[in-house]
Amino acid sequence: MYSEKVMDHFQNPRNVGEIENAAGVGTVGNAKCGDIMRIYLDIDENQIIRDVKFKTFGCGAAVATSSMATEMVKGKSIQEAMQITNKAVAEALDGLPPVKMHCSLLAEEAIHAALWDYAEKNHITIEGLKKPKSDIHEGEEEENEEY
Amino acid sequence: MKPLIYLDNAATTKTAKEVVDAMLPYFTEDYGNPSSLYSLGAKSKEAVTKARETIAGTLGAQSNEIYFTAGGSESDNWVFKATADAYEQKGKHIITSRIEHHAILHTCDYLAKKGFEITYIDVDENGILKLDELEKAIRPDTILISVMFANNEIGTIQPIKEIGEIARKHSVLFHTDAVQAYGHVPINVDEYNIDMLSASGHKFNGPKGIGFLYIRKGVKIRSFVHGGQQERGRRAGTENVTGIVGIGAAAERAFRVMEERNKREIELRDYLIAQIEEKIPYCRLNGDRVKRLPNNVNFSFRFVEGESLLIMLDMEGICASTGSACASGSLDPSHVLLAIGLPHEIAHGSLRLTLGEETTKEELDTVVAALVRIIERLRSMSPLYEDFLRKQ
Repeated sequence: MYSEKVMDHFQNPRNVGEIENAAGVGTVGNAKCGDIMRIYLDIDENQIIRDVKFKTFGCGAAVATSSMATEMVKGKSIQEAMQITNKAVAEALDGLPPVKMHCSLLAEEAIHAALWDYAEKNHITIEGLKKPKSDIHEGEEEENEEY
Repeated sequence: MKPLIYLDNAATTKTAKEVVDAMLPYFTEDYGNPSSLYSLGAKSKEAVTKARETIAGTLGAQSNEIYFTAGGSESDNWVFKATADAYEQKGKHIITSRIEHHAILHTCDYLAKKGFEITYIDVDENGILKLDELEKAIRPDTILISVMFANNEIGTIQPIKEIGEIARKHSVLFHTDAVQAYGHVPINVDEYNIDMLSASGHKFNGPKGIGFLYIRKGVKIRSFVHGGQQERGRRAGTENVTGIVGIGAAAERAFRVMEERNKREIELRDYLIAQIEEKIPYCRLNGDRVKRLPNNVNFSFRFVEGESLLIMLDMEGICASTGSACASGSLDPSHVLLAIGLPHEIAHGSLRLTLGEETTKEELDTVVAALVRIIERLRSMSPLYEDFLRKQ
């Protein structure tokens, strides 16, 4: 079902963990759907992402996309990180099964959510960055509306 | 490559060697069509008759009440569609439970679109049907009550005798999907007032692609496949002779070894449950502790997602199953786990381990050790666990 790259990133996920006093933290997804992703960013004074860590509750694809997304943003500038799309994450993993594409969307959203948190803390605006549409709590409310 | 540890016997079982041996001659030697008049055909017919008698005997039924099908799903479809067809004049109301197999639930959806009304009875936190709700749901236009004998996910065994009594008292037909139970626990159709019963060969060491439907004499149920006179004209098509021989041999074997096997499996099952509860914190046994299939263990592990767990177990050569949505392709986790009241995130972290006759205590020790390691690892990666620890 999964590509070798997905399996590799699932079995040996890169950048798992937490960053204390992180410059930005973003959590997206919701437990109802079975995927929660949290990304921690350490950003230096030149707005370069010095370090990145993640924690994910979810399936193999969710873990692998988190791992790949962290690799892709590490060492990049904020603007470069903003360019990373869910499609790019999926492609870097040699593709995902169609039912798992939403996992790659979560990875993109998690990075954006962490950047949003950083921007808010530092009272700055990041070009092209919108308020993340889903965090854990908003996600739950959205789900509830369906019923 | 590590040796395979197969703990998914509710998905399917290994076909027993004596079952395969019984089937083999009917491929290449006695391959005649049971409907043919010459002696080669008669040999096949004899084999089919013998299997039918064997199965009838295990249920306390008559052999002309056993109809061979392609398996559990076909049997379930037949019951619902043909009962709806035959009893439409009496009414268009059907009662079932919330925790049925999709072969029942999706057939109900189909009938609902055709104007039938379906009432789904709730289960308690252990997965046992609420009998008072069942009785209250019965109406003059109720034509069928269908409740599974034992649940495929959590292994809960239903109070079938009591359900049968309620159905009989109100003169409503009673069907039970016994796919997980037949061949594993004793069943008597008269004692339990069962009018129809579905079973599948590959769940009790028989071959795949063969099952049967028990239909009590007198039940007005129509032909499912039109054509020749096979299966008393109710399910046409040349008999799956090798499959029928296989399911007959598997049934004979299952009931011969049942008592001893149950004793052994219950002991191993309870050992596995105790080991998991002792060694893994924040877990929950799903299903009833006692009214439970001898081979079923189902746990939810908090802060862990089922598909990740399965892949990691697979890497250690362990075959298991989960009720997580991620494993099914839909967004919702198992309807059974939601019906027993589990919150979504806990239902996502479920694991089903179903033992087989070859399962050993040593294998279970290996599995528990692997689970301890894997769950610790997944929790260390889980934001839910991180939040939980912070709140402590």
